[in-house]
Amino acid sequence: MPSIPLDAILFLVLAAIAVGSAINLVVQTHPINSALSLVGVMISLAVLYLLLGGEFIAAVQVIVYAGAIMVLFVFVIMLLNAGAERPRTRLSFSVAAGVPVLLAFLSAAAYFILKKVPPAEGVTFGGFTGGSPRAVGEALFTRYLLPFEVTSILILIAIIGAIVLAMKEID
Amino acid sequence: MSGNFEPTGAELLRFLPEIVLTLAATFLMVLEPLTDRGAKRALPAIALLGLVVALFSAIMAQAQPGLAFSGMIVVDGFTTFFRVLVIAIGILTILISTNYLRQEGSEGGEYYALLLFSIAGQCIMIAANELIILFIGLEASSIATYIMAGYLRDDKRNNEAALKYFLLGSFATAFLLYGIAWTYGLTGTTNLSRVREVLLSPASPDTFLISIAAGLMFVGFAFKVSAAPFQMWAPDVYQGAPAPVSGFMSAGPKAAAFAVLLRVFLTAFEPVKERWEPLLWWSALATMIIGNFAALRQGNIKRLLAYSSIAHAGYVMVAVTAHSEIGTTAAMFYLAAYALTNLGAFALVTHVARHNERYVEVNDFAGLGQRQPVTAALLTVFLLSLIGVPLTAGFFGKFYIFRAALDSNLVWLTILGLLNSALAAYYYLRIIVVMYMQPPSETEEDDLLPMSAGIQFTAWFTAAAVIVLGVYPSLVLDFAGRSAALLR
Repeated sequence: MPSIPLDAILFLVLAAIAVGSAINLVVQTHPINSALSLVGVMISLAVLYLLLGGEFIAAVQVIVYAGAIMVLFVFVIMLLNAGAERPRTRLSFSVAAGVPVLLAFLSAAAYFILKKVPPAEGVTFGGFTGGSPRAVGEALFTRYLLPFEVTSILILIAIIGAIVLAMKEID
Repeated sequence: MSGNFEPTGAELLRFLPEIVLTLAATFLMVLEPLTDRGAKRALPAIALLGLVVALFSAIMAQAQPGLAFSGMIVVDGFTTFFRVLVIAIGILTILISTNYLRQEGSEGGEYYALLLFSIAGQCIMIAANELIILFIGLEASSIATYIMAGYLRDDKRNNEAALKYFLLGSFATAFLLYGIAWTYGLTGTTNLSRVREVLLSPASPDTFLISIAAGLMFVGFAFKVSAAPFQMWAPDVYQGAPAPVSGFMSAGPKAAAFAVLLRVFLTAFEPVKERWEPLLWWSALATMIIGNFAALRQGNIKRLLAYSSIAHAGYVMVAVTAHSEIGTTAAMFYLAAYALTNLGAFALVTHVARHNERYVEVNDFAGLGQRQPVTAALLTVFLLSLIGVPLTAGFFGKFYIFRAALDSNLVWLTILGLLNSALAAYYYLRIIVVMYMQPPSETEEDDLLPMSAGIQFTAWFTAAAVIVLGVYPSLVLDFAGRSAALLR
């Protein structure tokens, strides 16, 4: 059996999840479903970054995007009262079947991976380097110092803009 | 990592205009809550002062041309030309805006701060020699402009304009970013000079993939310059935004976006020019045709000028398609001439529109020749320059562009472009006819006030500049010609 490197398989699976979630994000009618699909996109992207050796970026992706920003998204949707959920009869079936099927799939996948692929052929994170916090920090504060500083101006503009458009007349 | 990354004095000088603009904008924001209503009049003066200092520092920076901040930005004649242009556009925009904002009861430091930030972003774009800093500059300029388009937030038209501009603009920026990612993936660098070296080297990646990267970036730039097929936003946004902001959008961000389009395609992607030349050819033609034909049927003057702005973007695209030094020179001259003309026209549109922009139909200009002969005469000068009549800057602009196109053997594009500019004369002349031949309508209740000082200065200054450039184009052309050679 010609051995496909495991990280390629992992890439394809995660890329499929990312694209699938992104499509789901657009086609869903309920905003909460879209927000949850976005979490799926963010997390699969984080693992893709990890595959590329971007440890720091992967961690930031999870903490900032999948964590903080998504919480804000969901909060805003809840606060804006985006319409009640419409439970469907099909939903009860997927709740009943979903968890066992997922567990079965995961254990089957884990079994085959452990059985077929010797540990030496597993994912190696050495293919790409330069993604450690140290390397990112060094690049950011030396070569890319100017973009880093200018980004702060960009964020300042966005803050001013948000206030200009949102503030109430005080007087 | 070794090497000294402490900026030298010369490097700081090369970045001085952006520093001055950012400081002035931040200072305005700090000052804004500390001033009471009466003292708010001082805010535009401070903004003007900041712009004038930035203008001089842009000229001073030219004394020390070169790279700065690890090759992030480059100061050459091209940079200086466009920096001076956008800063001058900023000065004129402030002069048009002060009275307008007072009239609408929305005087505030934020407007001027956002304008300065927008210009700082444009200066960064113009000087960028790296795709990353280019992107950040473009975003800074765009975000500030989105907010300015919706500045009168109780006005529905403003809200619509800002939202459309923001949503479509973000979409287009995503394409640009995707193109940058492709470029980095294919060449391993985001530095424009390095991208060029990689593409010229024997290890150059597949030209097909590189042209996808260039195409994606073109989508982003084409949106910003309102070139077909990404021009859809322009009429709605120009119509809905406050009139002075529409004037600014048609001049500043557009000139800066053309500057980066020229720089990226004539430096980094120049080795694959056979691939992108047809793309630009079709885009230029489509932009001219869509702009001119749609403008024929417009009743709203802001919308008409928006379509005219699309058509003029098409003429500049012809110069970019020529991808030669004279093409670049022609584009630079044209953008300067067009910015002056259009700012003058929008100053007068702002003047005639009055409070709450009630008079923005072409028919509202009826009888202007009798009611305010000076206003009508000045507007006629701008409209003649937009047509490209001899003795105005617009004539030499078009002349140099089509000469550059002929030099690059773009015969058909030249012929179709000339036919287009003949067609364009119809809708500009229609405004002149309405102004002089039709009696004023009786439904107008309030009388048109005399022009405010700022608008008066802008209109006279731009009209004088349009005529002077129409007689002595070499004043700008010589500098543009010398700068275009330094581009690479």
